[in-house]
Amino acid sequence: MAELFRLLSLQDSSTRVVMLSTACLAVAAALVGSLAMLRRRALVGDAVAHASLPGICLAWFVAGDRSLAVLLVGALVLGLACMAIMALVQRLTKAREDATTAIAISGFFGLGIVLSRMIQNQPGGNRAGLDGFLFGKAASAVTSDAWLVLAVAAIAVTTILALRKEFGLLCFDRDFAAGIGRPVHRLDALLLVLVALVTVAGLPSVGVVLVVALLVIPPAAARCWSSSLSTMLVAAAAIGAASAIIGTGLSAVLPPPAGASGGWPTGPMIVLTAAVLFVLSLLLAPERGVLMVMWRWHRRREGNPSILGNTR
Amino acid sequence: MIDPSLAPEPWLTVDDLWTMATAVLASVACGLVGCWLVLRRLSLLGDAISHAVLPGIAGAFLLTGTRDVLPMLAGATVIGVATAFISSALGRWGRVDRDAAMGVTFTSLFALGVVMMSLAARQVDLDPGCVLYGLLEFVPFDTVELLGMPVPRAAAWLGAVLVIDVVLMLAFFKELRATSFDSAHAASLGIRVGVVHLGLMAAVAANTVVAFESVGSILVVAMLVAPGATARLWTDRLVPMLWLASGIASATAIVGYLAALELNTSAAGMIATISMVGYVGSVGAVVTIGATRRSSRVGRPSLSEPLP
Repeated sequence: MAELFRLLSLQDSSTRVVMLSTACLAVAAALVGSLAMLRRRALVGDAVAHASLPGICLAWFVAGDRSLAVLLVGALVLGLACMAIMALVQRLTKAREDATTAIAISGFFGLGIVLSRMIQNQPGGNRAGLDGFLFGKAASAVTSDAWLVLAVAAIAVTTILALRKEFGLLCFDRDFAAGIGRPVHRLDALLLVLVALVTVAGLPSVGVVLVVALLVIPPAAARCWSSSLSTMLVAAAAIGAASAIIGTGLSAVLPPPAGASGGWPTGPMIVLTAAVLFVLSLLLAPERGVLMVMWRWHRRREGNPSILGNTR
Repeated sequence: MIDPSLAPEPWLTVDDLWTMATAVLASVACGLVGCWLVLRRLSLLGDAISHAVLPGIAGAFLLTGTRDVLPMLAGATVIGVATAFISSALGRWGRVDRDAAMGVTFTSLFALGVVMMSLAARQVDLDPGCVLYGLLEFVPFDTVELLGMPVPRAAAWLGAVLVIDVVLMLAFFKELRATSFDSAHAASLGIRVGVVHLGLMAAVAANTVVAFESVGSILVVAMLVAPGATARLWTDRLVPMLWLASGIASATAIVGYLAALELNTSAAGMIATISMVGYVGSVGAVVTIGATRRSSRVGRPSLSEPLP
């Protein structure tokens, strides 16, 4: 109980740093992810995340300096390369976008595993730092890492707020946006770069496999609540921040399960919280929530004449 | 006299051959099932299912306390079918597109699986990392007696799965073909489209869980999707596509394994890398060949493009 109070009052400086940085990241990811989802590119972030693993390994090989920033630059470079390859294949073949995405996800991840095994085989190479990227190590974030995440989040949020109208036009009617002379190709590219930036910034805390959840789940939940873009963006940001704060809090407060070696993993707990918020949104949303729809359907079957008259 | 210690080491040991055979079996079994996923534009569902089976496996383990394959297979198949079902329901109710619905489903289930595994982690060597990249190199150390000789357990299981896959595919070939190309027409012929779809999803989940033990849950996606997608680039006909996919799957597994042996690195990772290289290379080759053919037929390449 004292522990809980200590946590909730944010006295513990390491918990405070972790909560603040994951919450800011989740807000940025929710905003970028909303636009990516409306642009029907929800899973591009997944490909970028998986491609970042070989990027981290290459940075490890190339740079003598093994600080987080250098590794993340490597991740960003390969993430962008992966997107470029996918776009090129798409343009050349008209083939199945889904097959290309799936192959990119597993192929780049495979390359990452090949490279990380080679690092492990090197004399003096240890992979402990790399394994943290698979599932994330939010709990061990230090202040300098948090500044990096904050900077990325600030860039993403500022860009989206500044170009809100242009992005909205791009997502809802790309042809019209092109017709009135908006630079749609450049806007598309900018959106993809933002996806890559946010994904890479999320790697240290949430990990390669689950970082896409921050891009997808809060926007999907927000979609239940609103049909207007600005409301949806606000709702997605709120749901993202709530998931990050509640998830981090739970993993810090819950007692380690009996017999388990570690505690509750932070990244997966954040994702599970977001999933619960998503299910609640799906059930409770005022206009198209499942409960509301069922209630309306029930009333209609009861034979309430006014409703019958309105709908038929 | 020849000093026996100077004799060259055999390039491949029996263990290597068994491991390679296991990889080929996994690759061909997944590749054949994956062809249907590619044709139905459901490649990402293969990705989603292979992530989402994690809680099924962990749940079966927590309930039974053993690493027996059968309970895990049952758990994973149930969750796999549930993933397909939940993502299509979410797409309909949540008004998000199919990709986003799948993204929500599989990340949530995968997170649940990781949490369940970290609860169980102390008791066994079932760690999430090994689920992600598999342990192909340890295949020869776990054998069963079959026809009087020791056969790796994974190879026996994958062989059985491959046989079942082929038998089912031959038995329901007409239904699979009809539903994959024109589901409305198939329904008018009296084929239960939904049942065929669920059956295929169950097959994907079962293949995934048997293969994942040796190759890992993310690399299994490469085995599912890459052979079918690569074969589809080269041919427009169904039966040649299935044969070509099996050939590509075997070749990828063999080349990947040998390359990994040479570089002393992860075989599963190398196989996935080679799959991707094969796909991108095929795209390049097909585009180049197509361009050459067009230009030689028309004579003047600059005019061969249709007018806008």
